[in-house]
Amino acid sequence: METFYDVMRRQGITRRSFLKYCSLTAAALGLGPSFAPKIAHAMETKPRIPVLWLHGLECTCCSESFIRSAHPLAKDVVLSMISLDYDDTIMAAAGHEAEAIIEEIVEKYKGNYLLAVEGNPPLNEDGMYCIIGGKPFTEQLKYAAEHAKAIISWGSCASWGCVQAARPNPTRATPVHKVPGLAAKPIIKVPGCPPIAEVMTAVVTYILTFERFPELDRQGRPKMFYSQRIHDKCYRRPHFDAGQFVEKWDDEGARKGYCLYKMGCKGPTTYNACSTVRWNGGLSFPIQAGHGCIGCSEDGFWDKGGFYDRLTDIHQFGIEANADEIGVGAATVVGAAAAAHAAVSAVKQARVKGETD
Amino acid sequence: MAEHSAAQQTAVYVYEAPVRICHWINFFAIVALCITGYLIGSPLPSVSSGEASDHYMMGYIRFVHFAAAYIFIIGFVFRAYWAIVGNSHSKEIYTPRIFSGVFWRDVWHEIKWYGFMTSEPKKYTGHNPLAIISMHLMFVWGSIFMIISGLALYGEGAGMSSWQYTFFSSWFIPLMGQSQDVHTWHHLVMWLLIVFAIIHIYVAVREDIMSRQSIISSMISGWRMFKDNRPADDLD
Repeated sequence: METFYDVMRRQGITRRSFLKYCSLTAAALGLGPSFAPKIAHAMETKPRIPVLWLHGLECTCCSESFIRSAHPLAKDVVLSMISLDYDDTIMAAAGHEAEAIIEEIVEKYKGNYLLAVEGNPPLNEDGMYCIIGGKPFTEQLKYAAEHAKAIISWGSCASWGCVQAARPNPTRATPVHKVPGLAAKPIIKVPGCPPIAEVMTAVVTYILTFERFPELDRQGRPKMFYSQRIHDKCYRRPHFDAGQFVEKWDDEGARKGYCLYKMGCKGPTTYNACSTVRWNGGLSFPIQAGHGCIGCSEDGFWDKGGFYDRLTDIHQFGIEANADEIGVGAATVVGAAAAAHAAVSAVKQARVKGETD
Repeated sequence: MAEHSAAQQTAVYVYEAPVRICHWINFFAIVALCITGYLIGSPLPSVSSGEASDHYMMGYIRFVHFAAAYIFIIGFVFRAYWAIVGNSHSKEIYTPRIFSGVFWRDVWHEIKWYGFMTSEPKKYTGHNPLAIISMHLMFVWGSIFMIISGLALYGEGAGMSSWQYTFFSSWFIPLMGQSQDVHTWHHLVMWLLIVFAIIHIYVAVREDIMSRQSIISSMISGWRMFKDNRPADDLD
């Protein structure tokens, strides 16, 4: 049986590079230095786990992010390990040949393969809004999930629904964990639109190495990457605490790199690792580029009104309004009612007084 | 208290000291919380001079918000304790007798009194039934919601190892959707409490003038004074 290490060596990776990869991965996963040899040992001895990477309603930004992982080894190794099996976007096979691979893997590795899902299935019209190989994606997903060891929900589509699930959601695009009739398998969510490349490769490496999920929060996200908000580690946080805000996109504050809170930055309500891991090899992330966070790794971020509003819209009130508009409206109505009531009361009191005098 | 229902009706000691203290703690805490809370959602104009380290505007505003919040929480918990050990009036707004027909009939009577459909209000030593039900729904449950959602939001900054996160953020944020939704609801219920305050203050002033008992001074001295000698409707 081929091990991870065998695959890496076949890829022309030296042992020195392999050990560097192991220690870097240990660091990325927040593990102590003593874990580096453990990862190395696991990769040298364990047979690699096959991965099926399915695509439903999605934009392929998760795949695009994944293949741009900063660490070259993570990209080459992890990708080659999984692309050997099934990923219709980047695999060599096509058509019936490609679809046959799914069946082959499911039969051969029953209960031992990982199912990675990018995108989600539309449930309306029996799933006709997403057809893969002549069959609704829902059926492919359920079939592959039936015998999977575990499921990885890549990105906000698989985790939460994302833009194709935006109101009124005509196709009823549904996140993986809410698909009715899906086999009850452990699900790890790696939300983001897309998720950070290093986060994706680290999660895959962790699962393949330790054969279990990293520690998850209540919503099923790996704690090591989703336990803090963008705001908590944002390099512009001192400007927030100081009260120094960008008020307009072209003002002095914008030039000085002040906090984007007033421009609708969702950093304070978004759990992700962008402000620590950053993007494109640690080069930058949205806030560093001068644009607020849009909260793309949060459930429902696509339906919360403008990306540039601090207070988000509330749809339940018919016309879209934010908490302040509703609150000021209600307080005004009640205040006016109290004033009117006071006037009537005063007239009545005067009349009662007049009668008794 | 039966002797009071006879001829000369004088004052009744209604609000014990802890109830009055909690009332005024609530007053100052809620005013501070609403002002600072509003400024957290809609910050003051940007402080445009100097280094970030020269200023701490949002820091101070948030500090006042959190400090007032803890004072409010401690006051609220103590007040709930006093509802158990205090006199009968201290329980009123916590345990409305919603299964009693008489209670709802008296609520309707109060609504008619406020709708100018009846010439004379009933006489109460404690709160009138309409006051009880509106305080219970808007103030008591509004406060509980604000405390839970507030601690859930605080836990986000305090981090996953904090007790605020463990006991509040961990379940409350997924329950409401996500962090942004918790912020929005925390904001909306602030306005509910402001609406409550407007009604509460207006009605207290109006009742002080037009009803058959003292209202405002009672929350300062604790004693309920009466304007006529007929028996009160909530003394049996």
